[in-house]
Amino acid sequence: MAAEIRNYTLNFGPQHPAAHGVLRLVLELDGEVVERADPHIGLLHRGTEKLAESKTFIQNLPYMDRLDYMSMMANEHAYCMAIEKMLGLEVPLRAQYIRVMFDEITRILNHLLWLGAHALDCGAMTMFLYCFREREDLMDCYEAVSGARLHAAYYRPGGVYRDLPDEMPKYEASKIRNAEAIKKLNYNREGSLLDFIEDFTNRFPTYVDEYETLLTDNRVWKQRTVGIGVVSPERALQLGMTGAMLRGSGIAWDLRKKQPYEVYDKMDFDIPVGVNGDCYDRYLVRVEEMRQSNRIIKQCVAWLKANKGPVIVDNHKVAPPSRDAMKSNMEELIHHFKLFTEGMHVPASEAYAAVEHPKGEFGIYLVSDGANKPYRLKIRAPGYAHLSSLDEMSRGHMISDVVAIIGTQDIVFGEIDR
Amino acid sequence: MANKLETLIDSLHTVLGEERIATLKCELNEVTIEVPAGKWHETALLLRDAPALHFESCIDVCGMDYSTYGDGIWDGPRFASVYHLTSYKYNIRLRVRVFCTDDDFPVLDSVVDVWNGVNWFEREAFDLYGILFQGHPDLRRILTDYGFVGHPFRKDFPLSGYVEMRYDPEQQRVIYQPVTIEPREITPRIIREENYGGC
Repeated sequence: MAAEIRNYTLNFGPQHPAAHGVLRLVLELDGEVVERADPHIGLLHRGTEKLAESKTFIQNLPYMDRLDYMSMMANEHAYCMAIEKMLGLEVPLRAQYIRVMFDEITRILNHLLWLGAHALDCGAMTMFLYCFREREDLMDCYEAVSGARLHAAYYRPGGVYRDLPDEMPKYEASKIRNAEAIKKLNYNREGSLLDFIEDFTNRFPTYVDEYETLLTDNRVWKQRTVGIGVVSPERALQLGMTGAMLRGSGIAWDLRKKQPYEVYDKMDFDIPVGVNGDCYDRYLVRVEEMRQSNRIIKQCVAWLKANKGPVIVDNHKVAPPSRDAMKSNMEELIHHFKLFTEGMHVPASEAYAAVEHPKGEFGIYLVSDGANKPYRLKIRAPGYAHLSSLDEMSRGHMISDVVAIIGTQDIVFGEIDR
Repeated sequence: MANKLETLIDSLHTVLGEERIATLKCELNEVTIEVPAGKWHETALLLRDAPALHFESCIDVCGMDYSTYGDGIWDGPRFASVYHLTSYKYNIRLRVRVFCTDDDFPVLDSVVDVWNGVNWFEREAFDLYGILFQGHPDLRRILTDYGFVGHPFRKDFPLSGYVEMRYDPEQQRVIYQPVTIEPREITPRIIREENYGGC
């Protein structure tokens, strides 16, 4: 007896735990095989670009943290670079090193979350716990330097908000931990922030080895990722992919090497490249990127320990004067007042600044007409281009592979919906 | 870098010819060309395929509404679409601006068939600015709500919008109603004269 064959349309999300936020996916299925995937986005659309047009350049900065809320400082970096380009500002060297160091810390933060969530989606619970253990240390670095664990607002046009602290915040005695346990927790927090980061970079390679022990040769992991979501290099370029998605397909393209900004040209690091362009290769690329980031952080820590200097430009039309100067000097007081009420003016021009964000090329296209607010701010989010290729990547795969593909694309809705 | 840009400008002139380049600017180490709307699709093909240019990837498409630029000094077409192209082979970027000829009915040729990745970017420009892309395979709204009316990023669209959404306990469903918040401007937008404050 011939059974009636019928295609199903399945609604996936927006509250599905594997949808990484608020992705609504309409899947057309033939049995368990995906025939078409139609992502419906915009559920987190806040209109950041429109809001930016009614706020001054500095007021817009914290909005950048809230785009890709897994790699906050990298977003700020692109925004600051666009403004600096238009103003023709030269950022002090120490600030450049601090930025590079925190960009790489951010990259590790992002990749750890991606690894944990991706593995969890594919059924490996332990990874999530391991990854969040290390994220905790790095978020402490964020907190030490900016006061916030996530939304730092630390990079400013012209440099960074303040120099690195000499002291690392410590755990305090509590009901559940006695003095000895606290001392154990605080062993790497006795010195400065740089000491803490250095200690982290020494420990981190072993952690990455742990992740790799759990996943790289794991049979289940390979079954879920090898040969899934294959993208050829030609298609990757056509679809506007960047970052690990492009490198996983075998194109050695990294803005840190190709169009170096800040002090990346002085850093010694390698660019990992995949071969097959499947989920497994992209996993290997990102894991190796974490090791390379660790190397860069080490070099930055060594330089920052040896060299002192200003961390923000001395131009008070752009950066605020010091508190001391502001309290004792009329001129500086006026500068301070003007900067925080009216804001800076950026000359009438347009600029596009891109950074190698953990997810790909994150670009800010800024148009100014000379006012104290941007005329137009366009955020080029890497995830946006990646998610648009989900249809092509998942066609012909099983429904469970869609979850692996969403995971490998490293989707974060803050930046896609903006 | 300067050499590279000069080479790019030369190749642009030779490959595209004068009729496809309305203006060419090189500022802040970025090359911007303006292409007449009627010639945009053929220009896009040339930009991608000409061996001297080789812009394999379109990184970004940005809708623009110039109506209030410089507090009213703007004298030109209102809507434009700005494309950021990258040549991976030559490691160089190019910005292309295409103005829509008709302010009341902005239409441009879609370049989805040239760079497949611009699909969603063009949908976004359509959604937010109402620029229609002729030849786009699936020009639906993308970021705004289902059934949204208007194009929110146009300069004449208020920041707080026209409608707000709330749950109505009587009807037991979510309803739309006119906005109840009043728009306010905390920091005024100012364009200072040149050399203001001695800088």
